[in-house]
Amino acid sequence: MKKILGPLAAAGALLLALTGCAQSGGGSSDGPKDPADMIVGFAQVGAESGWRTANTKDIQAAFKDAGIELKFSDAQQKQENQIKAIRSYIQQGVDVIAFSPVIESGWDAVLKEAKDAEIPVVLTDRAVDSKDDSLYVSFLGSDFIEEGKKAGEWLVEEYKDSTDPVNIIQLEGTTGAAPALDRAEGFADVIAADEKFQVVASQTGDFTRAGGKQVTEALLKSNPDVDVIYAHNDDMGLGAIEAIEAAGMKPGEDIKIVTVDAVKDGMQALADGKINFIVECSPLLGAQLVEIVEKVVAGEDVEKRIITEETTFTQEQAIEALPDRKY
Amino acid sequence: MNLNTVMAHRLFWPVVMLLVLLIINLLAFPGFFSIQVRDGHLFGSLIDILRNGSPTLMIAVGMTLVIATRGIDLSVGAICAISGAVACSIILGSSDPGSPATVAVAVGVSLLISLVLGVWNGFLVAVLGIQPIIATLILMTAGRGVAMLITEGQILTVNSPPFKAIGSGFFLGLPISVLIAAVIFVFALVLTRRTALGLMIEAVGINPEASRLAGVRARGLLITVYVFTAVCAAIAGLVLTSNQTAADANNTGLFIELDAILAVVIGGTSLAGGRYSLLGTLIGALVIQTLVTTVYTVGIPPIATMVFKAAVVTAVCLLQSPRTTELIESARRRQAHRRAKAVTA
Repeated sequence: MKKILGPLAAAGALLLALTGCAQSGGGSSDGPKDPADMIVGFAQVGAESGWRTANTKDIQAAFKDAGIELKFSDAQQKQENQIKAIRSYIQQGVDVIAFSPVIESGWDAVLKEAKDAEIPVVLTDRAVDSKDDSLYVSFLGSDFIEEGKKAGEWLVEEYKDSTDPVNIIQLEGTTGAAPALDRAEGFADVIAADEKFQVVASQTGDFTRAGGKQVTEALLKSNPDVDVIYAHNDDMGLGAIEAIEAAGMKPGEDIKIVTVDAVKDGMQALADGKINFIVECSPLLGAQLVEIVEKVVAGEDVEKRIITEETTFTQEQAIEALPDRKY
Repeated sequence: MNLNTVMAHRLFWPVVMLLVLLIINLLAFPGFFSIQVRDGHLFGSLIDILRNGSPTLMIAVGMTLVIATRGIDLSVGAICAISGAVACSIILGSSDPGSPATVAVAVGVSLLISLVLGVWNGFLVAVLGIQPIIATLILMTAGRGVAMLITEGQILTVNSPPFKAIGSGFFLGLPISVLIAAVIFVFALVLTRRTALGLMIEAVGINPEASRLAGVRARGLLITVYVFTAVCAAIAGLVLTSNQTAADANNTGLFIELDAILAVVIGGTSLAGGRYSLLGTLIGALVIQTLVTTVYTVGIPPIATMVFKAAVVTAVCLLQSPRTTELIESARRRQAHRRAKAVTA
């Protein structure tokens, strides 16, 4: 999944080093700063999905609108690239460093360097597992457990008048990934309140369409009387749609589908009536990030944990929202 | 034919394993073997296994020939991603995505590109003499990057009925992808076993120098084999992409090279080159796909899936190894000997 041109990564690192030389010695002056003088360094994970690309574009646009200079680097899904980028931001003396950690562990050393240089760090989208939470000022991102809960709550509401058992197939994300674990946990918490909800099968579809399709095909045959499919992301839900159609049933009617993400293809399927409900996991956190950065630079306190503003979509809402969808 | 000769056959254990897996499925889900006709085509778990296993089989057929020449091709997964990306971007870029002509052009261009990629692999191995594992590693790593560049990092969804038919459609009640895999399999079987080609491939794998002295043109043969595998991989990539109606540069054909190599090895072809068995590869590919389905049918928790698969593959490999066969054989002989003694006494 993460094999990208080695030379490209090398060229990127070189470029980073060059800009590092040219731009050294940013301000560390006292007092509130004018946005025009502020420099923010952002170390992105990479461009592994449409979701991530939308995330990058939104952050770049938000900083441009605010008139704040943004130094952007793409780590090509490699932690060492991200550490290099953060070190170069420290050397350049940027005002704030923001980044989406590729993985959870191994950040203590470089974050300590940032702390020693008195540069505040904001985490976006993903957390680090460091015990010392003074190493960063804030973590801005989705609450995956909450997303699972929202999916469960819709289900409870949808079946509130029925007393028949509701058989559910769960398509899990990549085994061990935080979104997969948390979305399963939140969902299980909510549906546990009523015994009529039964998860009859739960298998991983690796967050991919092909995975979702293959798992659904097999599970539909061994569990023919399934009522609901809960997929941890839109892509697996889209795969499930294909499998349901191939089995001669109608997705959205014969079998209801709930997913998380709200990417464009998923929203289209929702508008077409093939998915019943989508919990948004929004990549559009640029505006909130700018707000945090401005507060931090002005010396104001910010919350340690900020949840991304997210919503949910029904089929009617999807038809309305689709034309303005950015990703 | 007595039990000993059957057991000594190198396909005995893979076939047993396949049957055991099928029986496990049948116990977990009694309707496993039922095949119905639904919407004018065959529908059932066994059909799913054939359909989902067909891309692995296509690649494994090519891989068998490459491995027979004492080579290996790690780049097949990347070629899958490239061919899917090329086809989808052509279809998306055309004014009429639904027309068969557009799809024909897209498929044609993808296959042409795979020809070039195959020649590249063959050139590195046969002309420059780079070790196959290194030579094809280059394209394995770079290829996905190329596919990412083509798709610009996005998942390209196409809505084109003729394209969708390649991976999900049916012809005469049978899945089109299975028919394509069957054509590739029979083509390779007839071409290499009804002519001297197979013999020459084995000769190159056993001793390249001796076969050269005997007049076999190893260089051309090697390039041909890598080109054939690349084309198989491109077709598999089109089937995979069509099956999910989207080009996903990150995930299409991910790790399929390992599945294909495993299918070849389960089928009894040695990685050291030489003698190969296409029939064995077919059984190997079926074992792998049945294994995946078993995980779903039996309901093995995702955390334990990898361990389960590893255990099955280890069992097949152990049972197949000549040393194990020998041990079983000598144990049986000892027992027979003891029995004979008891009778005479």
